Parts: sequence; structure tokens; C-alpha cells
Amino acid sequence: MTTVDEDARRTVTPHRPPAVRRPGDVRSATSYAFIALYVLLTVAFGILPMLYAVYLAFTTGEGGFAGLANFTRVAGDFRFLPAVGHVAFYLLLWLVSLVLLVTLLALIVHTIRWRWLSGTLRLIFYLPGALAGASSVLLWLFVLDPTASPVGGLLRSLGLASFVQVIMPAHLPPIFAIIAFWAGAGGWIVIMYGALNNISPDVIEAARIDGAGTLQIAWRIQLPLLRKWISYMGIMSLAAGTQLFVEPQLLSQASNAVVPNDYSLNQLAYQYAFQQNDFNGAAAISLLLLVVALALSAFFVLRGGLFETD
Amino acid sequence: MTTGQVRVAGSRRAAVSGWSGRAIAGVATTVFVLFFLIPILWLLLASTKNARELIVGHPFAPGSAGAFADNWDQLFGFGDGEVTTWIGNSALYATGALVITLIASIPAGYAMALTRFRFRRLLLILTLVVMLIPNTALVLPIFLELNTIGLIGSPLSVILPMSFFPFGVYLTYIYFSTSIPRDLLAAARVDGCGEFQVFAKVALPLAAPIVALVAFFSFVQSWNNFFLPFVMLPSSDGYPIQVGLTSLLASTPAFNPSSAGTQSIQLPTLALATVISVLPVLIVFLFAQRFLIAGMTAGGTKE
Repeated sequence: MTTVDEDARRTVTPHRPPAVRRPGDVRSATSYAFIALYVLLTVAFGILPMLYAVYLAFTTGEGGFAGLANFTRVAGDFRFLPAVGHVAFYLLLWLVSLVLLVTLLALIVHTIRWRWLSGTLRLIFYLPGALAGASSVLLWLFVLDPTASPVGGLLRSLGLASFVQVIMPAHLPPIFAIIAFWAGAGGWIVIMYGALNNISPDVIEAARIDGAGTLQIAWRIQLPLLRKWISYMGIMSLAAGTQLFVEPQLLSQASNAVVPNDYSLNQLAYQYAFQQNDFNGAAAISLLLLVVALALSAFFVLRGGLFETD
Repeated sequence: MTTGQVRVAGSRRAAVSGWSGRAIAGVATTVFVLFFLIPILWLLLASTKNARELIVGHPFAPGSAGAFADNWDQLFGFGDGEVTTWIGNSALYATGALVITLIASIPAGYAMALTRFRFRRLLLILTLVVMLIPNTALVLPIFLELNTIGLIGSPLSVILPMSFFPFGVYLTYIYFSTSIPRDLLAAARVDGCGEFQVFAKVALPLAAPIVALVAFFSFVQSWNNFFLPFVMLPSSDGYPIQVGLTSLLASTPAFNPSSAGTQSIQLPTLALATVISVLPVLIVFLFAQRFLIAGMTAGGTKE
């Protein structure tokens, strides 16, 4: 470990004033050994890929500077705007249902006084989270196929008699929103429930003595205090939702391309890289998505006030 | 909705009062319990039926042990036992990533919480920012990067990126900054411990809960990861089970009529494959529920 220590010492510039020391803190070169592997991974799989994507997005296949050519090319692709539209519509449905229903369910579960019941309910809501990715999509393929579905009667009563009718293009955004809600809502309900538990019982008590009913307490006390968490959920889900990939990819495969394999932006980037061997175009789309995710995340870390950055 | 007057002064919760309020809350809860539960129950039952029972039988009637055994044989006979290979791959990738994640993130979280060094705050903010971006956002950039150094197709192309787990570092950081008294470490230093000894002999033995928590989250995330291995591993020998499911799906005539042939997969077999693909994670979820929930709510600490 001596090399790490030496490197560490070399990076310490002598003329800077030392950072303020808290009692018990130790400023030691050993710290650099502790963080070395993590920093290495951060550089290799966090920072370098981002920089390389930036490089590719602004160069041509031959390595020359391309300016914005890659971006204008992918944006001019006839598949680009529809993909943006699909993802946007899906996001709208998903975020609205997530914010409304998660908050509502967390509030309801929180009013339950029997601990075993509220615990069981949270487990039931949370359990589908175990089925992430391909598994949950596969499960929903069954549920959406009227011939095999446990809710075939419900589907038929909606006028949907065959799988192909169910997965018509217009139905896809709500379908993806339902799948995402099914797999992801429980985790958020649990988090909201935790946040509700953190509200001081005295505050609720005082409001009750002042004559506030359940609805008023929810509306005037609990919701305002949950606001940070709701915006956290909204921002994280917005960032995750722009990445839509597994759901349309598997549905495309299951439907013999009734659902196109360039339905979402990430799929389009994948097509650029793997079907067209156009890594520069793929990098341009990835970079657009990455910038959205980074901006949302950085905004929330620096302004959201939910995370400890001391 | 009628909200009744103050009734239970001793209650410390916002209890729903009034029968109509209770009824609406009850109905809403029941509807969502069914929504979350029915697909899972149905899937478990579907894996015990034969193809005919699945279509014509009652959706919630159980099948038979014989049908389950047939599905099992069909699944594990698929492509000369490819499914076994895929499960093995999943285990290899998830455990490999777990080991490296722990080696990288526990000391890093410790150092960030309890020692000072240059760029500490920068590293912390960077960790948070990367932790909050969806991990799919970096998949194609990482592919483009690893492609230039020819690592595509190697198990390392998934294990190494999965080992970069900022969430684990942040959880460790929170744990050490809130649960370990600084005086304890100072005392060890006074007693002549070097920095490595302080970490190994004082901090690490107290860190068992956080090591387990990071291990769980890392394992679950790696096991469920689809996009990364889908992009990195072109050959089906290297698929983890999540990606293998797409091969099975492509061979299911019910969804993909063109695939009817020697290697076709029946619907109940596909259901069984789905169950098996989530089994390790489902078990973790069921038995470590409290634990996982504690970790999720520890993510944000400021109130």
C-alpha cells in the first residue's frame, strides 16, 4: 500500500490551508487506500464512459470532429420523434398514477391500527418488486393474453379478445405504466409510510384536539410534510422512466414485431449501435438521455435537501 | 366522504372515522391488494398445470405434481440444459459483483464517514449523483467503452460494471457517520492502533448489519439486471437467466407462432421459468423484508 500512500501525499498541495478539522477526525493518507478501489470503479464505469460517450457523440465514425451532426441526424430520424412521444405519454400516465396512488395508499395503510394488518399490506404491495426486469414483463404477458389470463373475463369485457388486440399501439403507454406501477409502487409506499411515521404524533394529536378530521389532517399536515419525498419519488421515477427498454423490447419479441423494436429512445439507441453499427449516433441518443438523468439527479442532490452531503 | 368528529383522543394516528370513509378506504385497499397479489399467485399456480389446464381450467385451480414435473423436465431439457447454465451464470455474476462491491464500498463508505481527505465532499456528491441516475443510463456508454478494449462477451464485462455500486457506498457512509461514535475510534488510536487496524479491528466488527444490507441490495440488483448483460453478452452461453428468459419467450409458440418446432416451450413451462428466475430474490424479499425496508428508508436521512 506504500504506493497509494505516496501518490496520496503527492496530491496534497502544501500551500492550501488545511480543511477544518472536527474533533476525532483524522486526516490520513490511509484514507486514500480505503477509497482507492471505489474511486477506480467510479472512474472506469462512471466518469470514463460518460466522457467517451461525449467524445463519440461529437465525432464522426472516422474520428473527425462532427459538431452537432450526430444529434441532428438522430433527431431527424423518422423513428426519433415517435419514440420521444411514446416515452413522454408513458411517463405522464405513470408519474400521475404513481404520485396519486402511492400517496393515497400510504396514507390509508398508515391509518390502520392493527400492526399485523398494516405490515402484511406493506409486504403485499412490496413483494412484486422482487420481480424486476424481464420477469415482471413476462408475467404481464401472461396476464395480458386473454386466452391464458387470470383476468381474461375482465379483458374480454373491455372488448379485448386476443393478445394482438391488447397490445395495440395506443394501449402500450398505459400497459407499460401498469407494469411499472405494479413492480415499483410498493417500494415507494414503504418509503412514504416510513416518512409518515416520522411525523411527530404530537402534531397530529394537536390537530385532532383542534377538531381536525382525518381528511384535514392528511391534507393540511401529512401531505405538506411528505412533499419532499413525493418530489423525490417523482424525480427518480421520471429519470428511470425515460430509460424505458425491457418492456417494449420483450413485448416486441413476444408479438412478432407488432410492437416495433424501436418503440422507446433506449431501444433506438440500441438499434443504432447493434443494427446500424453507428456508435456515434448511439452515443448521441445515450448522451441525451444521460444528460436528462444527470440534470434531474444533480438538481435533487444539491437542492432537494433529502440527502446528507454535510 | 364523512369525516366524523374527534372520537379516540388516545389514538396517535390519523384514524379514518365514519363508516363511508372506512368503506372507501377498505375498497381501495382491497382492489390494490388483488392487483398486486393476483399475478403472483396465478403465476405460481400456472407452473403446476399443463398447457390445456392453463387455457380451459379455472385460473385459480391448482394443477398437479405430475404436470409440474413435466414442465420442470421440459424447462431443464431446453437446449441441452441451457437453463442450468443461465442460472449458474446469474449466480456467478451476482456473487462476483457482490464480493467486489463489498471490498470496494465498505472501506470507501468508512473513509468518507470517519476520516478526512481531499475531495471528500466532491466524492460524496459524485456518489449521490451517480446513485440517483438510473443504472440503465450508463449501459450503452459502458458498452461503447468496453467495446474499444475488447472486453465484450467476457463475464468481467458485466461483473465489473455491476460492482460499481454507489448506493452501497452511501448506505455505508450513513451507517458509519450515524452509528459509530468517533470517540471509540479515537480511543483505539490512542491505544496505538494504526489506521488499518482501527478499520479492521474496531469499525468492521461493528459493521455486520451494513455489510449484510449492502450485500442484499447488490445481489438483488445484479440478479435482476437485464439491460447490461443483454448488451454485453452476445452468446447465449453467457446469458444470465434474466436474458435467457427472452430465448425461452422466443421459443414459445403461444406468443411467437413462427417458433413452433423441436425446441418449443409451452406456456406453463414459461411460467415456471419466470418463477425460477425470481426465486432467489423472492426468498430474500420474504425473509429479509424488515431489513431491506430499513435500508430503503435509510437512503434519505434529513427530516
